[in-house]
Amino acid sequence: MFDNVPILSLITFFPALAAVFLIIIARSARSDEAKAQIAKNSPFVALLVSGVVFLLSLILVVNFDGSTADFQFVEDTQWLGGGIDYRMGVDGISILFILLTTFLTPLCILASQTSIKERMLEYMVAFLILETLMIGVFCSLDLVLFYLFFEAVLIPMYIIIGVWGGKNRVYASYKFFLYTLLGSVLMLAAIIWLYAQSGVQLGARTTDMTVLIRELDVPLGAQTWLWLAFFASFAVKMPMWPVHTWLPDAHVEAPTAGSVILAGILLKLGGYGLLRFSLPLFPDASIKFAPLVFTLSIIAIIYTSLVAYRQKDMKKLIAYSSVAHMGFVTMGIFAMNVQGIQGAIFQMLSHGLISGALFFCVGVIYDRMHTREIAFYGGLVKQMPVFAATLLFFTMANVGLPGTSGFVGEILTMVGAYQVNPWVAAGAAIGMILSAVYALHLYREVVFGEVTNPKLETITDMTGREMFILAPLALFTLILGVYPSLVTDITAASVDNLIADITASVSANTLGGR
Amino acid sequence: MWEKLILFFPELLLAFSASQLLLFGVSKKSNRADIVRYIGIAVLLLFAFSGFLLGRPNGTAFSGALVIDNYSHYIKFIIGLAAAASLIFAKPYLQSEKLDRHEFTVLLLYAVLGMSIMASANNLLSIYIGIEMQALALYIMAAFNRNSLRSTEAGLKYFVLGALSSGLLLYGLSMVYGFSGTLDFDQIAAVVEGGASPGMIAGMVFMLCGLGFKISAAPFHMWTPDVYEGSPTPVTGFFAAAPKFAAMCLIARICVGPFGGIEDQWQQVVIVFAVLSMFVGAIGALAQTNIKRLMAYSSIANMGYALVPLAAGGEAGLKGMLIFMSIYVISVVGVFACILQMRIRNGMVEQISDLSGLSKSNKGLAVVLSMFMFSVMGIPPLLGFFGKWFAFMPAVEAGLVWLVVLALVASVIGAFYYLRIVKSMWFDAPAHEFVEAPASLRWVTTVSAALVMPLLILPFTAIPATSFISQAAASLF
Repeated sequence: MFDNVPILSLITFFPALAAVFLIIIARSARSDEAKAQIAKNSPFVALLVSGVVFLLSLILVVNFDGSTADFQFVEDTQWLGGGIDYRMGVDGISILFILLTTFLTPLCILASQTSIKERMLEYMVAFLILETLMIGVFCSLDLVLFYLFFEAVLIPMYIIIGVWGGKNRVYASYKFFLYTLLGSVLMLAAIIWLYAQSGVQLGARTTDMTVLIRELDVPLGAQTWLWLAFFASFAVKMPMWPVHTWLPDAHVEAPTAGSVILAGILLKLGGYGLLRFSLPLFPDASIKFAPLVFTLSIIAIIYTSLVAYRQKDMKKLIAYSSVAHMGFVTMGIFAMNVQGIQGAIFQMLSHGLISGALFFCVGVIYDRMHTREIAFYGGLVKQMPVFAATLLFFTMANVGLPGTSGFVGEILTMVGAYQVNPWVAAGAAIGMILSAVYALHLYREVVFGEVTNPKLETITDMTGREMFILAPLALFTLILGVYPSLVTDITAASVDNLIADITASVSANTLGGR
Repeated sequence: MWEKLILFFPELLLAFSASQLLLFGVSKKSNRADIVRYIGIAVLLLFAFSGFLLGRPNGTAFSGALVIDNYSHYIKFIIGLAAAASLIFAKPYLQSEKLDRHEFTVLLLYAVLGMSIMASANNLLSIYIGIEMQALALYIMAAFNRNSLRSTEAGLKYFVLGALSSGLLLYGLSMVYGFSGTLDFDQIAAVVEGGASPGMIAGMVFMLCGLGFKISAAPFHMWTPDVYEGSPTPVTGFFAAAPKFAAMCLIARICVGPFGGIEDQWQQVVIVFAVLSMFVGAIGALAQTNIKRLMAYSSIANMGYALVPLAAGGEAGLKGMLIFMSIYVISVVGVFACILQMRIRNGMVEQISDLSGLSKSNKGLAVVLSMFMFSVMGIPPLLGFFGKWFAFMPAVEAGLVWLVVLALVASVIGAFYYLRIVKSMWFDAPAHEFVEAPASLRWVTTVSAALVMPLLILPFTAIPATSFISQAAASLF
């Protein structure tokens, strides 16, 4: 169907083109009145554009052939030359992340229309550019192109946190930027090394990912360093304990939609990177470092769950819970079996929906009361029954209640990890209990009990807009919870292929418990 | 005879027009600065494109004292354009500061003449003549605002330290001459080929130190912040672009030309310069509040990055250095064109805090300056990223991975202070309303901003531009 249409480029660059369009329109306005009008209407443009992009990506998914592990909708055009070309394509691992991105972005724009009070136009421009970059990360099949999108995400996110953030936004934005930059420059060094090495081994230098994975044979000593360099970047992005400290700050200070994108998509870039690059490029090093990753994951799951319990700020609590849930993802990825990797992908998608929804929920009451302090609230069930029900649903999904998507992801990663090392799975199970502790604690403090704070007596329930935003998230959380094959059917072929790649390049006995 | 003159045409053009413009300027009472400047810009553009117009001739002139090859054509192309841009963006500043005298253009032309000789130097004497010619003009330009204490101080400081560096260079030249018995690069290369004597190596190190002053590589960077801060802003912008490019290219020519046989010796010096510059530049800039001082440290750090591919050596390294330096020149011109727009009603301002809230008061300038900042940070998709990519690639290939990792870490430290400028513009409340800048300045910023947006232009220009650079790099081997 798309033989002649570069659909991936279209999906990727359409939001950016719309952003440019918005800028040009705004620049051409003469009077202040016209400027204000353009700013007021910019969310509709952004909504329309992101809606169209969502529909396009739906068409993409419908036309996707889940039975093959090959890259589809491939585009390959000359770009920088010297083996660095513009290569786009999707397979079962990446396509659903594109859908998640295009699904969350319109919801974020919808939510921002009321919660953002100033500089609406710039906000929409930043968001559209951010969408382009995020989709680009998942589409690129060229290391340089991937790095370009991966790193460029920092610019709009830095601006979003810094301009529309809370009180401590400057500190948070610096920390976010510098932390992630330090991680990614190490990856850049590794990419340069791979590029140079491909010239030595293959005769012609290239950053084509598929060629590198298939043909480049990296010696074990170098693999160790390269794996660490890539890991530095992805671990910061994930974020893994102990390099997670930027996340709570960034989450707390970012505006609601910024937090949603941060938790929903940006954290997934790390996990996606590990799946796409670290495992297939450096299989031996991945196996060598798997125990390290397991240890870090378990510490992340247990320790950050405990930290989350002690938080006084709702967003911080959810941020720490994100770190814990990402621990399941890394655990699943490095189990390196079908259940583990399927579970990791599933968990990332499900966490994108659930944590996004939780941040939207916090946004609902923050917009009314302008505080996120847990102690401030209490007894919301009396004034806001619909909100209480919604929050209950997503809290339970976050805990991993069977029937929600959170359960499927966690159980799959644990099954995967159990086959490699039962103790790792046991540690993760403790984390599941702890997640119930902090999540129910949050819910009890905020929703149940008496209304102790007189300011809360006038609080109103969710508006139609807010319900409209949260309803699709709830729907998908539920659908994926009872019918996970929707995801696993699409990812299966690519995951099998990935595991086959790893096993092929590694002798059977080093795989241990598999 | 004519063939030699054609080879020497760019220099002749500059020398002739500079002296004629000087006479023309003093011959009448009325101020002819404006018309002299327009002619100067035209001459510089002609100079920049002269290589293309003449069909890029190759050869040596004046019994081998000057060599004209693709490498020198490329250098002249870049410095000609950078100098023309400096003249364009100097105009509003000079006029409003009541400094608009025709000598400015004449001095700048003489400085470019010196750089042009440096670009073609093929002989120890022509190195020295070129360097002194550009340096003397630059000293006066630094002190051009002679009623300002800071400007005269900058000029004097530059002169004293510059004289010291010339002394070092001259000492090195004399040692190399003494131990090789010849001034000519090719003959020195032949002497060095069989193994260099300690005296020769000492001479080479002295030469590199003297030239290190010119590119303000640490540990010879001390003059840079003061001179940058004190000099009139357009002069600073000129300092940071063209002379740095010319001196860096001269270092490269000396390293791979006469001293090509002792790569293991100069490589150590270059690596030390590179590492020190990167970290001195990155860490020194952290505490700066004046944007010109900050740009001084930034240029120190950038010289460090540019030396990384040079340390790798070889044709690929040279090409990486040329790409990086070209991109650096584009960014510097753009950034200084932005700084020159920081004008409030009663004069120029140059503190970073003066940029506060620029995104509200002057959105276009804020967007463009942010783009330059992210570009010099090396964040894709801006051009600075590709500069780093091409600069560090040869070093990794040559096995200097540790040096590249150090450079990347330094660039993260450096990111902090560029981010501070972005932060001032976007996150802080507005401080001043800047006076609207003249169209010429805005054009310089727009053009250089368009150049750092490689997503728009790279697919189309990458091929001819890199082939020019490749030919330039290849011509030294």
